[in-house]
Amino acid sequence: MTRLNASLVGALALAFAASLLAGRVWIDPFHSDVPGAGLILMQLRLPRSVLAVLVGGGLGAAGAAMQAYLRNPLADPGLFGIAPSAALGAVLSILLGAYGFALGPWALPVFALVGAGGAMALLGLIAGRSSGGVALFTLAGMMIASLTGALMSLAISLSPSPFALWEIVTWLMGALADRSWHEVWMAAPLMAVGLSAFLVAGRSLDALTLGEAAARSLGVDPRRLQALLILGVGCAVGGSVAVAGVIGFVGLVVPHLLRPFTDRRPSSLIVPSALGGALLLLVGDSMCRILPLAGGELRLGIALSLLGAPFFLVLLWRMRDGVWR
Amino acid sequence: MMLCARNLTLAGRLDDVSLDLSPGRVTAICGPNGAGKSSLVSAMAGVLPVAGALSLDGHDLPAMQPRERARLLGYLPQGGEAAWDVCVRTLIELGRLPWQAAPLHRAHADGAQDREAVTQAIAAMDLDHLIDRPLSRLSGGERARALLARVLAGRPRWVLADEPLASLDLGHGLRLLTALRQQAVQGVGVCLVLHDLGMAMNHADRVVVMDRGRVVTDGAPGDALSEDVIAQVWGVTGRWLGPEGARALSL
Repeated sequence: MTRLNASLVGALALAFAASLLAGRVWIDPFHSDVPGAGLILMQLRLPRSVLAVLVGGGLGAAGAAMQAYLRNPLADPGLFGIAPSAALGAVLSILLGAYGFALGPWALPVFALVGAGGAMALLGLIAGRSSGGVALFTLAGMMIASLTGALMSLAISLSPSPFALWEIVTWLMGALADRSWHEVWMAAPLMAVGLSAFLVAGRSLDALTLGEAAARSLGVDPRRLQALLILGVGCAVGGSVAVAGVIGFVGLVVPHLLRPFTDRRPSSLIVPSALGGALLLLVGDSMCRILPLAGGELRLGIALSLLGAPFFLVLLWRMRDGVWR
Repeated sequence: MMLCARNLTLAGRLDDVSLDLSPGRVTAICGPNGAGKSSLVSAMAGVLPVAGALSLDGHDLPAMQPRERARLLGYLPQGGEAAWDVCVRTLIELGRLPWQAAPLHRAHADGAQDREAVTQAIAAMDLDHLIDRPLSRLSGGERARALLARVLAGRPRWVLADEPLASLDLGHGLRLLTALRQQAVQGVGVCLVLHDLGMAMNHADRVVVMDRGRVVTDGAPGDALSEDVIAQVWGVTGRWLGPEGARALSL
């Protein structure tokens, strides 16, 4: 394990322990006199923290892989249109529920995964036809994102009641509040598949550092790489949207912060980005819980966007001087 | 290992090009802009799909596994972009990718052979003092050497380079050509796209002149780059001055 990964694992372990104790009710591990402390820990905080690690890890690794694949430090997992498609699926399930269709508690994550799967299939179809050009493929992803964005607005405008509208909007903000072990069991295998796909793609992503032509000459099969990326981003991002809503910027910010601490080879950045994403989401979620806010807690999605957008601006500012890699 | 191209055709870029290239020699491909030089080299490297047949020692190249082909043919594309500001050693280690088997194998050169090949490539390109320097802090000449070292680290049987001397000054260009000549002496096939006709005339064993996707002349530099051919293909009147091996084109 590299020193970077070891430090991140250490920080993650500390943050994980702290996240179990922190919240509206603080739990003292040595003299707990909080009634139901065990229940709070096992049924509320532990699944929430595990989910933060899973979602953050998936988003961080997906960001690192996307930046490597598109050879662009400004790429974000949202670019493939998979996150918006998953969100569209979730919004549809809320809308159908509001129109009186009796859908079970599993409807929302399942709809979201179907949305992500649909976007993946569409991308796969386009990728299968093209000779693997990254630009065309990215444009397709952005068009899917734009289309699903429009459909989502349409769905929102069709919401039958203010309550449904409120539900959709809050869900879109992204959060880890009130999640249970069900979401953990749903997200864990998807994140595992996603991370594995990125690790398998690592060497091909390294070769892509030198451009598409050089990568092909090094034996990279562009279609296989594209398929791995669709699978990985679909599982990691689709899975995270399904359980936590739209959480932006993790995939953009984390690889950036960590790249200078690696040898800048894309494959060296995937595991640190997963760990860093997990750390960022865990700390962010704990802060959201602790910060006093009228009418409940700060939504994680909002908090991270508040953090992420200024970061992006600083990045653009630095790009001006050509020191962005 | 003979590299043979038969009837390579790509609409608008290559028109029925056939070539047999022998290893151990430096072959230069020359021609005006848009002649199809880059297309020919990238097609031979297996990067650009074209109609026609390509073979290496009788083995069909397009039918080969990409990684197997990558071990035999080293390709240096034009421009030499790098998306990430890696250091010289990391860049050169990328050349070992075709040799690393398992998908989860780290790209670090940890096998003895990988290490040795990387060390040799670093020495061949005289980069020992620069191995930890990021690409962004290299001069044009150093960068060109590092990019070629990446190709050599793969220990290919053929080096196909698209304008490796572009943007290099006279001294650096000559040093790079000397290093490529060294490869040819060791039995590697070297095929270069060159714009500098003087370099091609003095340093290549064979010159292929292309125009509008076709091979115009093919042979010893003195014949292939005769004043008549230069007039016909480039549309300029020039005269070769000086003794053989040190000739200069006067326009």
